[in-house]
Amino acid sequence: MSDTPIDVRNADGQAAGRAAPDNYLTHARGFRSWAFTLDHKRIGVMYLVSLLFFFFLGGMLAMLIRAELVEPGMQIVSKSRYNELFTLHGAIMIFLVVIPGIPVALGNFVLPLMLGARDVAFPKLNLASYYLYVAGALFMLAAIAFGGVDTGWTFYTPYSTTTNTNVVPVVFGVFILGFSSIFTGLNFIVTIHKLRPPGMNWFRMPLFLWSLYATAIIQVLATPVLGITLLLLIVERAFHIGIFDSALGGDPVLFQHFFWFYSHPAVYIMILPAMGVISEVIPTFSRKHIFGYGAIAASSIAIAVLSFLVWGHHMFVSGQSDLGNMIFSAFTFAVAIPSAVKVFNWLATMYKGSIALQTPMLYALSFLFLFGIGGMTGLFLATLSTDVHLHDTYFVVAHFHYVIMGGTMIAFFAGLHYWWPKMTGRMYSERLGALSAWLVFIGFNLTFFPQFVMGAHGMPRRYADYPAQFEPYHLLSSIGAFLMAAAFFLMAGYLLHALRRGRPAPPNPWGSATLEWQCASPPPYDNFAVTPQAGDPYDLERLRYDAARGWYDPDEDAKSAGGAGGAA
Amino acid sequence: MHDRESSSLAHGEHPPHLQHHFSDEQQQLDSDKLGMWLFLVSEILLFGGLFCVYANYRAHHPEVFIYAHRYLDTTLGGINTVVLICSSFTMAWAVRAAQLGQRRALVTLLALTLLAGLTFLGIKSVEYEAKWKHGLLWGTHYRPVAEEPAAPGSASGGAAPTAAAPTPAPAPTPASVPAATGAQSSGAGQPLRQGGQWIVEHSLIPRAAQGPAGLASGLAASQPVEPGQIVEQPKNVQVFFAVYFAMTGLHAIHVIAGMVVIAIMLLLALRGRFDDGYYTPVDLTGLFWHLVDVIWIFLFPLLYLIR
Repeated sequence: MSDTPIDVRNADGQAAGRAAPDNYLTHARGFRSWAFTLDHKRIGVMYLVSLLFFFFLGGMLAMLIRAELVEPGMQIVSKSRYNELFTLHGAIMIFLVVIPGIPVALGNFVLPLMLGARDVAFPKLNLASYYLYVAGALFMLAAIAFGGVDTGWTFYTPYSTTTNTNVVPVVFGVFILGFSSIFTGLNFIVTIHKLRPPGMNWFRMPLFLWSLYATAIIQVLATPVLGITLLLLIVERAFHIGIFDSALGGDPVLFQHFFWFYSHPAVYIMILPAMGVISEVIPTFSRKHIFGYGAIAASSIAIAVLSFLVWGHHMFVSGQSDLGNMIFSAFTFAVAIPSAVKVFNWLATMYKGSIALQTPMLYALSFLFLFGIGGMTGLFLATLSTDVHLHDTYFVVAHFHYVIMGGTMIAFFAGLHYWWPKMTGRMYSERLGALSAWLVFIGFNLTFFPQFVMGAHGMPRRYADYPAQFEPYHLLSSIGAFLMAAAFFLMAGYLLHALRRGRPAPPNPWGSATLEWQCASPPPYDNFAVTPQAGDPYDLERLRYDAARGWYDPDEDAKSAGGAGGAA
Repeated sequence: MHDRESSSLAHGEHPPHLQHHFSDEQQQLDSDKLGMWLFLVSEILLFGGLFCVYANYRAHHPEVFIYAHRYLDTTLGGINTVVLICSSFTMAWAVRAAQLGQRRALVTLLALTLLAGLTFLGIKSVEYEAKWKHGLLWGTHYRPVAEEPAAPGSASGGAAPTAAAPTPAPAPTPASVPAATGAQSSGAGQPLRQGGQWIVEHSLIPRAAQGPAGLASGLAASQPVEPGQIVEQPKNVQVFFAVYFAMTGLHAIHVIAGMVVIAIMLLLALRGRFDDGYYTPVDLTGLFWHLVDVIWIFLFPLLYLIR
């Protein structure tokens, strides 16, 4: 390749970076420069802050639930209040945190950078998506403020059409959030199709982009069905249209079909980006090229396709036909195949690698462990005979928390720690990071593993009270939940501290080969002064650790791969 | 600075409509089109949910659809179909005019499209009003009104039937459908309920040319119904109207949305924002309008032309 463009890393990188601090954070100042920004990085940061706020809120609701369940009987809240607690915990966590989660917060920030692009394809639409998210969130918060809702996050009819709580604002909020999700997905698909840099064909894309692409397909195809379902539910409540009301000739089970036609693919909206993050973190911290790139990419698409064919496994006991049950059960088992393909490829990537147990890697390893358990227990639920026993017990609760919390959220934190230096330009305390990762891991297992046991013993989900025989499990579970909360507060502490006092981050602290690490930390407003040439995103060999400066330098050959405009 | 193909366009040399993160106009155009198509896909899936509702209820209760569709005015529905198809034509022509930079033609054709949309909504509201007047609504609001005072044998006929709990009286004749009289009438009489049975008034229903046949087994479909003959009303007729109003209502909302966008395009065209080099928004508006049109082309036979 020809001679090099200007590159801050080659000059005494950080000093130059500080001297001319024109990055996306300092490019413009003031409230309006954030509120009306079209910069994907700032929008990503705004999403991140909002998400973490709602994660805190949903987490506090979970703490109330766990506090109530410490011992049998009602201590803290009334039974109807308890119903509202678990509903809002579920609705906030699912619709405001986990579904938007990785794509909007991390994906928005990283996707154009990984493509060497200046922005997503439709920056205004991106900002509009954010405000739709805020509007949807406000509707949900309004429902809390005006008395809550008690249907569970699934809004099953006929209860949701007959209860006196605030179903309509919450459902309308979720409807709006759906459009936010559709527009984000649409934006990402177009960006990945049209804004790839020279040299990056489909099979040189970082796997995180493959996973965002697969996710975006599901967002565009499945979310509208949720939209129309929720619209019908609103019309049902407002005008008694009768489509889901058996007294008027409608069919309440139809709602379940529609709801899960979206909400099961939504599970993959949650987990696919998480798998993408893991596919970035594991090779970087194993100092090894990803194993089975094509298999991981293809399995993302396979999961996206299969996700549309398994919704009926939520309804094995809802009176589906036996044939339907068997077909849905078989497809559900089939999902295990691409998921396992990914896990084995990650393991093979680590095999004989030079593994560095830094915080992002600790979270990635937690992910493998927890997602493994979550995925395997899913097979128990996919089996028709065992599902009849386990349906609506704590076994299900434990299963989806292992996948959603132990999978998606743990990967979210892996990604947050991985890209934190890029986003903020600061390093966090590695020791506290590792400590909190361990505490989260231990607390998580303490919380949810006992739930498998008590679920198998017959403890139903969503009950505010329970017989004394379940007390030890509930107590352990609550202790674990409080431990996990403490670990998250610790995380919030050291991350906030890092914002002010953290060591300035080098452009490429971990030695990753994807394009976002080629621009300064934090990235300049325009991302790349010159569109970089993309190479193999996992060619980690060419990066050399510079012990004196404490970061990774590309070797001479790779320096020409592109530059950052920080010092220009 | 090193020059690379895609970054060679310096800032400031852009055409005014080229956004800074695209390297050239072709890339921007391709992105816009792909984005619009994806949006249309999501719109189709939005309607797809309603088509599934339709398929579900029609498959399980064909008799409801066969019975109730006759209350819809096929003439008005047919006119509306023609209106929308014409509007798609004017829209497509408008895009062509924009491509060729013919501003006057563009403005005229957009205005014509807008007018067609307005006509569609006007006719639709006439239909809705008739349904409202006759109590042919959804759910608990389904209270068919009789316009003629008395039919043979109906002593206590005045009460509006609540279809939620119809009493299935043993019907001497199989459920059947009026068909023969041919004349279209939208505002004629309505059936009267009598002990769970319905008495067909003279020409109360806009008729199909021949009697509905085929779908529902056991219906003696080809048999014409004389005025005054007793036919059984199937259960849950209100479900048909729930589906009808949900589908046409959502479609009407899309017509309104499309008209708003066309109106904006009209304003922009009047201000001369488009030329033969830049007409993407008109193009994309056209795509959306065609989708709205195509959805109606599915709705019309599914709801009005059931046999």
